[in-house]
Amino acid sequence: MPKLPILGETSNISEDGLAGFDHNFLTGKIEDLVKWSRTRSMWPATFGLACCALEMMATGAAHYDLARWGMEVFRASPRQADLMIVAGRVSQKMAPVLRQVYDQMMEPKWVISMGVCASSGGMFNNYALVQGVDQIVPVDVYAPGCPPGPETLMHAILQLHEKVENGEITRRRKEMDGGAGIMVEQRDGQTATKVIIGK
Amino acid sequence: MSQETEINESHGSETAERVFRRGEDSAILRLSESQVQSYTPDDDRRMVINMGPQHPSTHGVLRLSLEMEGETVLRSKPIIGYLHTGMEKTGEQLSFLQGPTNVTRMDYSSPLFGELAFSLATEKLLEIEIPERATWIRMLMCELNRISSHLLFQATNGMDIGAVGAMIYGWREREEVLRLFEKITGLRMNHNYIRPGGVAADLPDGWRDDTLRVLENLPDRLDDFDSLFTGQPIWHERLQGVGVINSAECLALGITGPLLRSTGYAWDLRKDMPYLRYEEVDFDVLVGSYGDCFDRFAIRLNEIRESIRIVHQILEKIPTGDYKIQDKKVTPPPRSRIDESMEALIHHFKIFTEGFKVPAGEVYVAVESPRGELGCYMVSDGGPKPYRMHIRGPSFTNLQVLPHMLQDCLVADAVAVISTVDPIMGEVDR
Amino acid sequence: MPDDTKTNEDNDGTIPSTMSHGQNVLHPNRENLLEVIKNLREEGFVVCIDITAVDYLENPKRDLPASVKPERFEIVINLLSHTKRERLRLRVQIPELEPTLPTLFDIYPGSEALEREVHDLFGITFEGHPDMTRILMPENWEGHPLRKDYDIGKIPVQFKEAPGS
Repeated sequence: MPKLPILGETSNISEDGLAGFDHNFLTGKIEDLVKWSRTRSMWPATFGLACCALEMMATGAAHYDLARWGMEVFRASPRQADLMIVAGRVSQKMAPVLRQVYDQMMEPKWVISMGVCASSGGMFNNYALVQGVDQIVPVDVYAPGCPPGPETLMHAILQLHEKVENGEITRRRKEMDGGAGIMVEQRDGQTATKVIIGK
Repeated sequence: MSQETEINESHGSETAERVFRRGEDSAILRLSESQVQSYTPDDDRRMVINMGPQHPSTHGVLRLSLEMEGETVLRSKPIIGYLHTGMEKTGEQLSFLQGPTNVTRMDYSSPLFGELAFSLATEKLLEIEIPERATWIRMLMCELNRISSHLLFQATNGMDIGAVGAMIYGWREREEVLRLFEKITGLRMNHNYIRPGGVAADLPDGWRDDTLRVLENLPDRLDDFDSLFTGQPIWHERLQGVGVINSAECLALGITGPLLRSTGYAWDLRKDMPYLRYEEVDFDVLVGSYGDCFDRFAIRLNEIRESIRIVHQILEKIPTGDYKIQDKKVTPPPRSRIDESMEALIHHFKIFTEGFKVPAGEVYVAVESPRGELGCYMVSDGGPKPYRMHIRGPSFTNLQVLPHMLQDCLVADAVAVISTVDPIMGEVDR
Repeated sequence: MPDDTKTNEDNDGTIPSTMSHGQNVLHPNRENLLEVIKNLREEGFVVCIDITAVDYLENPKRDLPASVKPERFEIVINLLSHTKRERLRLRVQIPELEPTLPTLFDIYPGSEALEREVHDLFGITFEGHPDMTRILMPENWEGHPLRKDYDIGKIPVQFKEAPGS
């Protein structure tokens, strides 16, 4: 929460709500307000792939209740989503689809790579899987675990909120020219090719 | 087999003719992925639409090509492989001890069944008998897993059809079971608990009370499901008479599990070809009568009740004893022995680096997972790793029924049909 | 292995059979496979549970009856009889140079996806199959991943500092 100085006497708020302000307006930097509001209604796109998708759904369900951060609305359409949680292993066949969904999302957009399979291929170091989703899309937060529990995912989300609020992500984006600035060697099992994403 | 003859008589008039069709009149749109994209039907009123792989109600990454006339589906084809993980290839690189970590990630909503099939196959190749208590622990865990898997089905099925409340209730109940799993196995999912030779650890202190607590709340909450869905007119409208299939077609297509039972064909491996100690517990095999979506929903809901019954009996009958086999070849020595004995240290090191050797041979073992027959075909060449490890996923075969169920359905019903087939894509694509 | 090789005269013709861990295994050849399966279906094996393949490139020695000539590939078909409560396995040898087999689609339509999977991952073609295309891998994929001469495609794991840290 950025520091938003509240002017005037505030003791009546508990009784009268907003009407209890002497001067019912706030001042702050517009930049802070924008960043703050971005974190308070960050709608995730449904991108459930494998085991992690179940934990992602569990995070959104009754017990863990992602609605506490205004995030319970998993949008089916990427155009309405701000955050892509890549939950599960990304196969070579899925990779183009994932990139397309990412491209359809509106800026500003963020990516959480949930679980080791999305982050690094995990235990499946073989021909079928993309060894890390950061080869396809720039990742902001990696959540470890196989699968990460709902607590881990919530921690990752809160980390992302913090990064969004202090502007670190947009700063890095600018420096890296949009990409994640990661160089990877990608082999599909038979041929060796080098793919460079970012600059 | 009086039951069998009865079944055959009552289903004698059924025909599986439509699943044998090859040509244009088949329900399957037999076009490859690139052909589908450029295919335009001759008739102007028809069109081909694509559903998935990123779709909220395709259970992950299932993709369907639907040829439609207006709102009606004529032909369709499931396109899979978007979650192909190369697990069978990876399985050849992992030792028999590491194998369960691999197979448990196939059917991620009922991970213990994959481990069970893998372990049973390995034990059959090794020709060892595991201790009685380990067998009962396996049964206990599997039945609890069946409960959690069917609860997950209730949640996702409700959500797909538009009853978002089901999602809240289903997940709430499932969390209770998962919390118990976390206490017993250390993980909520992908347990790697059932291993060749027994289970990874004995049940922790207080497990019986915890299990009873889970079982105590469940029946009331299942009644909530009944009052929310089973008797509700909207629910009936959405599910009854949708996606009908008969048992002859199921047998021809190799369909197993609740889908087969929904057509009135009582076939459950736990009852008919018992493994573990299922012959010693009393439970009923539930069958439907119409083979529609509602029957499949009702069977899964009531199978939770049967599983609760089984777990209660397991709690009574579970014996004391070892939780893993005391066979030096398979079992690593206990931690305390490693500190005092050099041989134990070497033995421990060898089992965990090289793995134990399994005699050459090939074997097929099947268990009844919440989705049907989950089989494991394993070939060993005498080394510490399987030469070939193949999992027969029930979802993979069950998916073949989709085009036949979807034919002449409305596209809105397609969601209900996919949902009640309950495919887990990790198991389909492996 | 407690395998006792014996000759089984029950089916039309002579089908070599073995026992493997308490389960009957038949070894038909490619020519009489369809006939054998048709007879078995009439005997009550109404469900084709599973079709898979094994590539015996690195392990040519295996338990086969003397009359069966080992080849590189082997198709494994698992049948199930509900009335007899019995499983039966068929193992068919497929030579490397001509990896084809007649399809079982007309007997068990459920073999469609299973055969496509074998085709995709092993490169064995089923003649007469209505839709012999890749099922799991992308269409333009080269090679057949579960063959033993196909590299697993492992990427060496590197531990290095992340850029910009």
